[in-house]
Amino acid sequence: MAKPVGILRFLGTNCDRDVWQAIEAMDLQPQWLWHEDRFEIDDYQGFVVPGGFSYGDYLRCGALAAKAPVMKSLGEAAAKGYPVLGICNGFQILCESKLLPGALVRNESRRFIDQWVDLKLASPTRWSAKGPGTLRLPIAHGEGRFVMDETDLKKLFDAEQVWCTYSENPNGSLRDVAGVCNAAKNVCGLMPHPERAMFDWMGSEDGRKIFNALLQ
Amino acid sequence: MKIGVKILPKNEVLDSQGRAVESTLKNHGRAVNQCRVGKYVQLDIGENDEGKALSKAKEIAEFVLYNPLIETYELEVVKK
Repeated sequence: MAKPVGILRFLGTNCDRDVWQAIEAMDLQPQWLWHEDRFEIDDYQGFVVPGGFSYGDYLRCGALAAKAPVMKSLGEAAAKGYPVLGICNGFQILCESKLLPGALVRNESRRFIDQWVDLKLASPTRWSAKGPGTLRLPIAHGEGRFVMDETDLKKLFDAEQVWCTYSENPNGSLRDVAGVCNAAKNVCGLMPHPERAMFDWMGSEDGRKIFNALLQ
Repeated sequence: MKIGVKILPKNEVLDSQGRAVESTLKNHGRAVNQCRVGKYVQLDIGENDEGKALSKAKEIAEFVLYNPLIETYELEVVKK
């Protein structure tokens, strides 16, 4: 039997059930991973850090979650090459824990944005094939503007670690960055929510193209 | 001893909160050149020696309180 997919839960995570159902929709077995617990990385085939408002977004989005015990195990899994996906607040947590480069700050408009976006797949990763074409996924965030030093950002593009960009920039992200990955390309983060686009009736089923990675 | 940690967004990072306050001040005839909004964290460190307290606070600030990619910080000894 295939190993389960671990879904991390922190106090304030709120997209955990959606991710659970998305994993089930892919005919895979999800399993909760509680923020206070360590886990045996070999018992899982991959990991998802869902969105929400971990620790009430206190201090900085994702900063406190990044220090939780479960992140030590996740760090080990990431280093061993297991696929790790961070969605929205999960992306912020991965940046704060330095598993991913860069930082996410308040949207340029200062508003919480909730809308559908078209994404370009810029480079292949463990979680995505390279385009052509776009992915249509929803976003819902107040702090999704990706920032980093201009020189480092150029290096990130050169290393093909910017794996998806917005067709139309919704939040002021530098160079339209919607998602980045680590150098090994097994750890990916993105602001849009693939788990909210799993069936046609949801508006799009492009989220499957991301979770499909777990079937390979 | 209490140590205050003053955290401000870096100059090159667009400070949305600062911009919002700036524009309100301007709209009310109180325009300023620039306004930046950060946060202030007060740590009560069980330490009487100022040097030791500051060095503990520095370690804590760099551990989690500020993100060097987007923020700067300064420490101050809080006088009663």
